[in-house]
Amino acid sequence: MAAPGASLRLVAPVWNRGTSGIRGLSRSVDPEGSQRKGRTLLQFLADHFYDVEAVREYLLQKQVLKVLRKNRSSTYIKERYGPYVAGAYFILKQGGAVKFQDKEWMRPNGRGLSGELWKLREVPIEAVDASGCAITYQGLDNLLALKELQSLSLQCCPHVDDWCLSRLYQLANSLRELSLAGCPRISERGLACLHHLQNLRRLDISHLPAVSNPGLTQILVEEMLPNCEVLGADWAQGLKLGPEEQSRDTASSPIPA
Amino acid sequence: MLRRALRLGLGPGLLGRGLGAHREGSTLDWHGKVSEIKKKIQSVLPGGAWSPLCDTSHLPPEHSDVVIVGGGVLGLSVAYWLKRLEKRQGAIRVLVVERDHTYSQASTVLSVGGIRQQFSLPENIQLSLFSVEFLRNINEYLAVVDDPPLDLQFNPSGYLFLASEEGATIMENNVKVQRQEGAKVCLMSPEQLRKKFPWMNTEGVALASYGFVSSSNHMETAIGEKVTLKRIHEVHVKVDHSQEYQPVECAIVVNAAGAWSGRIAELAGIGKGPSGTLQGTKLPVEPRKRYVYLWHCPQGPGLEAPLVADPSGAYFRREGLGNNYLGGCSPAEEEEPDPGNLEVDHDFFQEKVWPHLAQRVPAFETLKVRRAWAGYYDYNTFDQNGVVGPHPLVVNMYFATGFSGHGLQQAPAVGRAVAEMMLEGHFQTINLSPFLFSRFYLGEKAQEHCII
Repeated sequence: MAAPGASLRLVAPVWNRGTSGIRGLSRSVDPEGSQRKGRTLLQFLADHFYDVEAVREYLLQKQVLKVLRKNRSSTYIKERYGPYVAGAYFILKQGGAVKFQDKEWMRPNGRGLSGELWKLREVPIEAVDASGCAITYQGLDNLLALKELQSLSLQCCPHVDDWCLSRLYQLANSLRELSLAGCPRISERGLACLHHLQNLRRLDISHLPAVSNPGLTQILVEEMLPNCEVLGADWAQGLKLGPEEQSRDTASSPIPA
Repeated sequence: MLRRALRLGLGPGLLGRGLGAHREGSTLDWHGKVSEIKKKIQSVLPGGAWSPLCDTSHLPPEHSDVVIVGGGVLGLSVAYWLKRLEKRQGAIRVLVVERDHTYSQASTVLSVGGIRQQFSLPENIQLSLFSVEFLRNINEYLAVVDDPPLDLQFNPSGYLFLASEEGATIMENNVKVQRQEGAKVCLMSPEQLRKKFPWMNTEGVALASYGFVSSSNHMETAIGEKVTLKRIHEVHVKVDHSQEYQPVECAIVVNAAGAWSGRIAELAGIGKGPSGTLQGTKLPVEPRKRYVYLWHCPQGPGLEAPLVADPSGAYFRREGLGNNYLGGCSPAEEEEPDPGNLEVDHDFFQEKVWPHLAQRVPAFETLKVRRAWAGYYDYNTFDQNGVVGPHPLVVNMYFATGFSGHGLQQAPAVGRAVAEMMLEGHFQTINLSPFLFSRFYLGEKAQEHCII
């Protein structure tokens, strides 16, 4: 709550802010940003007037509903064309890319989905690249039906969290490669669920901001999955440097690619 | 009058130095007086509660539609669902009364915090399924605009129940019921257990049920002698550390007082009558003390460890990244500790908990207890399951208590069920009729076998 006398921080003119709903969503993805001490004009108004708060809540609800709508499962397509085509349709609609077995990567082109998608009823999908897609727990249903999936990339997906990871055990038989880099909601508790994926050979857990201790988590995940190559934080990250190393290490960035 | 006030206020010293300063040796407390005057003006203006004779703003209000006794997770859940399911905004006034703001003895904060769907009663399974769904979508239910999203610090690692030879058939039957209700449970043999969790010693284990965290998305959904029905008209709420009390007139009282629900029920006169009659049936909920120990074990189970429940009754789970583990054991009936205080008995760990833990996980032979605490179970001595719904004779008292150690994990669903009962008159989403109060009189036990 802003105290009445606190200084208002007008970050930008109000008309530049766009819909408060979008700001609310971006703040939910970036937890550090919302803990800024000052409040913007819109936040101040929402604290003091019920009408403004109601409008902002309504806009936020609309954002949430939009994401939910995108993640509905299309039962008609699943029944008519099979689970592989349904999964591919879902991913392509979200903006990701799909690779069927023995075929090239299929990406959504601007003019709509290519016609040959509908002919691939029996061809299993072996790789999915869903980077940056707004996939939620519900939407994961479409991916979990792909029983021959070998490589899955969920890089920088804003809605993939620990609960989603707890469902991935259904792909344990086939999944070889998994990338979770840059997902803002995944913490070490979700990574603990990955131990069911015993066939995994490559796991990328770099740049996870919600993991409390990346170096220690990397060690524990490596212990949990002995046959898997875990990319991510360097184990030395987070260790305190001794005095002579500190002066040497001033400019080097501790986060490897 | 005005002139006299002006003369006092505009005395030479005050005017000269401004209102902030006061004269040397003067007892005029200007700041205190100004804030008092401000408070009086605020209470007089429309919207404020001004009683000319006395100021009761520090007491609860005089009228409320529902009074919920107990501010733990169940009481707050009922309050939340009442306000969420009410037909018009602001239709129902809810007052939650909690005697301890620090929650130092409340079972909610002292709980180990496990959530599972491995129960034997279908109603319990449904309650847990909805509660998991509530927790997963907690930002849809409880998010506030502009605040960061809630982080529950939830571990979706699952729950592992171990069964010895005698318990194996019961476990298989239970798993059938659980799968029917939609829970995702998988049965494992000792070899599979050893492969998956190499740190575990599977001696004595015949079968294990590994419950993944699953949720559901949609529910398919009253002698010839005179009977006196009673109604609670007023609840006297006494303020802490003072003799004042406020009689709150209310329509419905919800008993969500956890371990102390039995005492609250006695205050309403439940159980005062000849035994064997409905008037004489007491609410069989009493506090039982349980210990929780936090220990450190450097070679203990890794990140993948679920919450493991041994057939002997001992259980443990991992906490955080630093090889710390939380766990405990429920004592046998004869060895129940005295629930008068929350003192921890460390010998209990040495004699009763550690041997079972060390036998199940050999790495736990070298562990070091860091902390321990004790909390209460609101133990239902009749059948260890919750009591939900109205009392047949005291017509406006509703119960939401008696969950004997699985209240926290079922609270969202139970809150919703009680709110539905109060607003609609019947259960809408999950039918909890086996949990009504009348079963204590009729003797029908809704026995839950998988109790920790």
